[in-house]
Amino acid sequence: MDMMKRIFNKLAATLWVASAWVGTVAFTAAHAVSDLPGGPAVRQLNLHPPVTKIAEEQAWLHWFMLILCSAIFVAVFAVMFYSIWKHRKSVGHKSANFHESVTVEIVWTIVPFVIVILMALPATKVVVAMKDTTNADLTIKVTGMQWKWGYDYLKGEGEGIGFLSALDSTQREMSNNGGPKAGEQVEDYLLKVDHPMVVPVNKKIRLITTANDVIHSFMIPSFGIKQDAIPGFVRDTWFRAEKIGDYHGQCVELCGKEHAYMPIHVKVVSAQDYTLWVNDELKKLAAKADDPTRVWTAEELFARGEKVYTTNCAACHQPNGKGVGTIKPLDGSAVVLDADKGQQLAVLLNGRTVALPDGKTNVMPSWKQLSDTEIAAVMTYTKNNWSNKTGQLVQPSDVTAARK
Amino acid sequence: MSAVLDSHDHVEHDHHSHTPTGWRRWVYATNHKDIGTLYMCFSLTMLMIGGVLALLIRAELFQPGLQLVNPELFNQLTTMHGIIMVFGAIMPGFVGFANWMIPLQIGASDMAFARMNNFSFWLMVPAALMLVSSFFMPGGAPAAGWTLYAPLTLQMGPSMDAGIFAMHLLGASSIMGSINIIVTVLNMRAPGMTLMKMPMFSWTWLITAYLLIAVMPVLAGAITMTLTDRHFGTSFFNPAGGGDPVMYQHIFWFFGHPEVYIMILPAFGIISQIVPAFARKKLFGYASMVYATSSIAILSFIVWGHHMFATGMPVTGQLFFMYATMLVAVPTAVKIFNWVATMWRGSMTFETPMLFAVGFIFVFTMGGFTGLILAMAPIDIQVQDTYYVVAHFHYVLVAGSLFAMFAGYYYWSPKWTGVMYNETRGKIHFWWSLIAFNVTFFPMHFLGLAGMPRRYADYPMQFADFNAVASVGAFFFGFAQVFFLLFIVIPTMMGKGQKAPQRPWEGAEGLEWEVPSPAPFHTFETPPKLDATATKIIA
Repeated sequence: MDMMKRIFNKLAATLWVASAWVGTVAFTAAHAVSDLPGGPAVRQLNLHPPVTKIAEEQAWLHWFMLILCSAIFVAVFAVMFYSIWKHRKSVGHKSANFHESVTVEIVWTIVPFVIVILMALPATKVVVAMKDTTNADLTIKVTGMQWKWGYDYLKGEGEGIGFLSALDSTQREMSNNGGPKAGEQVEDYLLKVDHPMVVPVNKKIRLITTANDVIHSFMIPSFGIKQDAIPGFVRDTWFRAEKIGDYHGQCVELCGKEHAYMPIHVKVVSAQDYTLWVNDELKKLAAKADDPTRVWTAEELFARGEKVYTTNCAACHQPNGKGVGTIKPLDGSAVVLDADKGQQLAVLLNGRTVALPDGKTNVMPSWKQLSDTEIAAVMTYTKNNWSNKTGQLVQPSDVTAARK
Repeated sequence: MSAVLDSHDHVEHDHHSHTPTGWRRWVYATNHKDIGTLYMCFSLTMLMIGGVLALLIRAELFQPGLQLVNPELFNQLTTMHGIIMVFGAIMPGFVGFANWMIPLQIGASDMAFARMNNFSFWLMVPAALMLVSSFFMPGGAPAAGWTLYAPLTLQMGPSMDAGIFAMHLLGASSIMGSINIIVTVLNMRAPGMTLMKMPMFSWTWLITAYLLIAVMPVLAGAITMTLTDRHFGTSFFNPAGGGDPVMYQHIFWFFGHPEVYIMILPAFGIISQIVPAFARKKLFGYASMVYATSSIAILSFIVWGHHMFATGMPVTGQLFFMYATMLVAVPTAVKIFNWVATMWRGSMTFETPMLFAVGFIFVFTMGGFTGLILAMAPIDIQVQDTYYVVAHFHYVLVAGSLFAMFAGYYYWSPKWTGVMYNETRGKIHFWWSLIAFNVTFFPMHFLGLAGMPRRYADYPMQFADFNAVASVGAFFFGFAQVFFLLFIVIPTMMGKGQKAPQRPWEGAEGLEWEVPSPAPFHTFETPPKLDATATKIIA
């Protein structure tokens, strides 16, 4: 008897230790982390708090279905468990003999039929609303690629902005090293990107999705959107976020080994902040295109100048620089060869009208729409091509100065 | 394993000395019982292999961060877990039941095409070897998911070709198996066994076999096109050449949706046998069960688009597939109601088969309801490709198909092995599996609603706790199946246990209980004379 007790106690103690260990590993050692607003919450039980009308409708539908289904479930299984309780052989219940009833069968075919129709009706309305991508204020093309997202602002305020958005590389490294260490608080683990998509609040945003390589899928739970990005095809979806904030999603179509590492981050900002962001981005874009304060090397200017010349000048002045008809040659031109850059610069920026002997005029248009770099490059090119061997370089800064 | 089967062989040896023995008995097997046994051993083996892969996945997901496997191997694990469980464990398992039970239930001497039966089993072995060995091929196993979506499949290594070839073989095997079942059921029923008196298990398999014949060639077509896209310059699904990756999904799911019913209809059949036996009352609404099963089968062909709501189908497409899918709930509900009505005012006992059957009804219905919720396109947009879907299909495939097979094993193994399994162990297996199953998969609903995508090797910290719970549950579930194998299957196969009577279950009806336990090597060599209900032999 004593022996039994001791074995029992030992067993109980072992079990206790084991379950404590499991509990510890599962709940406490699982690093301290708090909810991520716009992203997942700790031990979140239901859909994200909705930020769009569609997400709100989805949340409503989910509750509606959950309650209806639970009620039916409870009703059906109440009957079954009542029967299991009462109609057991061990309590002496004798089996009845009925096994058919057409009436009952018809009733319990029609009742579920009516119920599913009732369920489908509110859902239909939402499906139609979800698919209506017309009248968007802003259109953004979303390109899925292994393993990052590309965002191109196609239409609306910010048109022309385009950038890539990838997972923060330190977090990718962290994942390889076994995840955040105990005590390390990383609320946005695997959700932090280098360059989030920015959109204005309360505006209808249409997203056009496509992909470069394999199928990806763009999801923002808070907005209630999920749209596959399919290579070779375009699809669209839309949202109108009603609350300023940061919203997170992830790629949800298996796209290769880094599938878990291409998060989505959308910043919803006020209209003013959006305009500020757009101006900032456009400036950055222009700056990235050509930095007019940079000093270029002769080779760079010559190579760039050749391109500019081919695109803009060669049609009239000809690739050989000899001109044609009334168009003046550049090869050997005194204006081009002049050691003072000012004369040629003035022609390029302001154009020139020359009266011809037969009374007609010959117009060289102004090229001031070209950037400083482009003008500097094409000037350098003409000054050092064909038989022109001046050795002169024109820097973008010269053009900037001349424009003033 | 052969011990018990050999022991009844001795009885037969006198007049069947031509029956091969030793390994030849299995390699040359043409007897439906032997082939049934082979199928089930195969299925159980694959269940264990697929289970190990699942546990590797769950071990990796126990905590955020990568600890055990790299993301590439992780994708291989999820892919191969899916393919092995679907094509290696669940489908062959049910074919095993069909081989064993259909001839016994309808009073036939064997399956119609005995040699083809042998071929359809042995085709699966090289296929399985190819699938399992693909982990050791250059570049590792296929990692495009069990759905093998294009154009990701175009990026896979040579193992993808092996996988495609293996699935061709498995498909051919399934088609041959189905032809065999259809011909057997339609032509070899004992006199008096009309179709509408046929046991439900045979009925559900007849319908399933038609589904298989209809859709396995579609899968073969899809994966063949993938193969030619990979190697012969075609562009069926390759967008770089003008192909359409979404077309692959349409074709795949035209196969895939009937496929999931292929994996559940025989389960319905098994449950429809067991519930009346242990309620000691005839199945309520037999005819409506047949019609409901047929309706589910027909509906299965027009609902595939619900797997593709997120691909961006037009509004009419979404609405059509949403309505059609929700309709499936009607015949399924009829089935549940009929089972409950069968229990109603019965005289129930709860041996292990009945426990698993009731567990099946309870847990499968949860999977059915989440299916209904997923059918709603607006909700599906939120939870498509998240853990909600993972929870849903494990509720119907594990607690559905697998639990039904456990129920069937406990119900019929006395007939197969001639001994009773240990009832206590059976009950432990049931409660252990049921609890561990729910611990594993119930939290996944929450993860999915919170937006955790499936097939992720690593995840944000907020998902950590439920993942940890699911992983602990998965290991307990895995151990429960090892327990089943070691302490229930192997002992019964070795003939250990109480001798089983001819009819071990008081309320069980049907011709399989009219032959001794274990069933002799040859049964119904001359067609039996049946009573009016076709459940008893009168001469």
